[in-house]
Amino acid sequence: MSGPLYRLDDVHMAYDGRAVLAGLSLDVHEGEVLALVGPSGAGKSTLLRLLNFLETPTAGSITYRGARYDGDHAPPLALQREVTTVFQRPILLNRRVDANVAYGLRLRGRNDVAERVQRALDEVGLAALAHQKARTLSGGEAQRVALARALVIEPRVLLLDEPTANLDPYNVGLIEEIARRLNAEHGTTIILVTHNVFQAHRLANRVGLLLDARLIELAETQAFFDAPRDARTRAFVRGEMVY
Amino acid sequence: MLGRPRAAWRCPAGKEPIINDLWRGLVQAIELILAGDAALAQIVALTARVSGTALLFSSVVGIPLGAFLGLRRFAGRRLLVALLYTGMGFPPVVIGLFVYLLLSRSGPLGALHSTLVPALFTPGAMILAQTIISFPLVAGFTMAAVMGVDPLLRVQVRALGATPVQTVWAILSEARVGVLVSIIAGFGSIISEVGAVMLVGGNIEGRTRVLTTAVVLETGKGNFDLAIALGAILLAIAFITNLAMITLQGRTFNE
Repeated sequence: MSGPLYRLDDVHMAYDGRAVLAGLSLDVHEGEVLALVGPSGAGKSTLLRLLNFLETPTAGSITYRGARYDGDHAPPLALQREVTTVFQRPILLNRRVDANVAYGLRLRGRNDVAERVQRALDEVGLAALAHQKARTLSGGEAQRVALARALVIEPRVLLLDEPTANLDPYNVGLIEEIARRLNAEHGTTIILVTHNVFQAHRLANRVGLLLDARLIELAETQAFFDAPRDARTRAFVRGEMVY
Repeated sequence: MLGRPRAAWRCPAGKEPIINDLWRGLVQAIELILAGDAALAQIVALTARVSGTALLFSSVVGIPLGAFLGLRRFAGRRLLVALLYTGMGFPPVVIGLFVYLLLSRSGPLGALHSTLVPALFTPGAMILAQTIISFPLVAGFTMAAVMGVDPLLRVQVRALGATPVQTVWAILSEARVGVLVSIIAGFGSIISEVGAVMLVGGNIEGRTRVLTTAVVLETGKGNFDLAIALGAILLAIAFITNLAMITLQGRTFNE
């Protein structure tokens, strides 16, 4: 495919008159892992909601695989369903674990649900809990179920919104490994929002700093950490930015 | 005329404790059921038909309305919710009067002489009154149940590719215990209701007599044991219906 997977052109987003994103322009390339870092309230999660077509920008446009998306136009459902998000606090359905993982497949009317669910649960190491009630799981297990229900639909784009915040190192390592494998083996584009600069460094091909509703700097991971151009990026990566 | 398996029994006023009336009433209820009394069967069938149809209509209207009010924010929502809550506490007899005036020959609907408008003193008029009584309860409890579902769930099922309809269905499914309670509350409000069906139905033997109006009639005639028997049958129907609804929900109630 020629051109970027996403093209964001002068995107603005405001809630009750308060700007959350102000004139953001960005290209996302197919198959890359892009990390967005920045303090709370910088607009990172809002950007993910826009990329998942859950909200429409106040102004500007987003083009996804050639389909333009703005306040008046949404991409077709089939394109929207190529993208999914794993949220910081997963809300699971009050059903069994396997039913939660199967949910996205059932929405799409897929047939081979049982095998796919089994594979996804194997992938996240929760096959033994398939028949357990989802609401009885620990935080780490719930997040892995959330990841499995995203993996099972084989998304072209996986958006990760602070997916490992508050998790223990074992679960952090597991989720990072799955993300890495998904990107390497299936070419899934991953856009990761994180406070954790070390995680961004470990996973991403490119890293962007969002600050005060603007994209301050976007660069290859090595360049972002070793030779940041903007003084605010330097302060952020050195841990000198207080927020 | 409702059958009486035993000779009518009269209690000398103040001579026997009320527990005897209750006991005889329960025995007579069983005897009436076992005897396959035709009049009783007709009354029970009409009760089930009127309240069942009204519950169906109020659920069809009330559940989507409750979901809409629970999920959407729009100008005038507070006013609508206040009206709904008022409707939840509205005296059935007043609704009966309202429906009576609507359907009477000189009323706004009765004057239309349309086949779509039920006539007074028919089961159709009773169904209309009971639908109006129960739908605010169904809608109100559904709204509360939907509002109790974590708002993040809506965003997360949409992120998994749910359409707006699939999203609402997922939320209703998560709120299923509350939605079931709304239906049970709606059923309870009409199966036991007497004022409205008496006004718009007229308690006509063989046509509009239901269990509650039959209880009132028999009590007025001094047939306390028969009235208690009918009351016991009414309670049994309510209990069995609620139990059936809970059983249909399966394990949800054990969670």
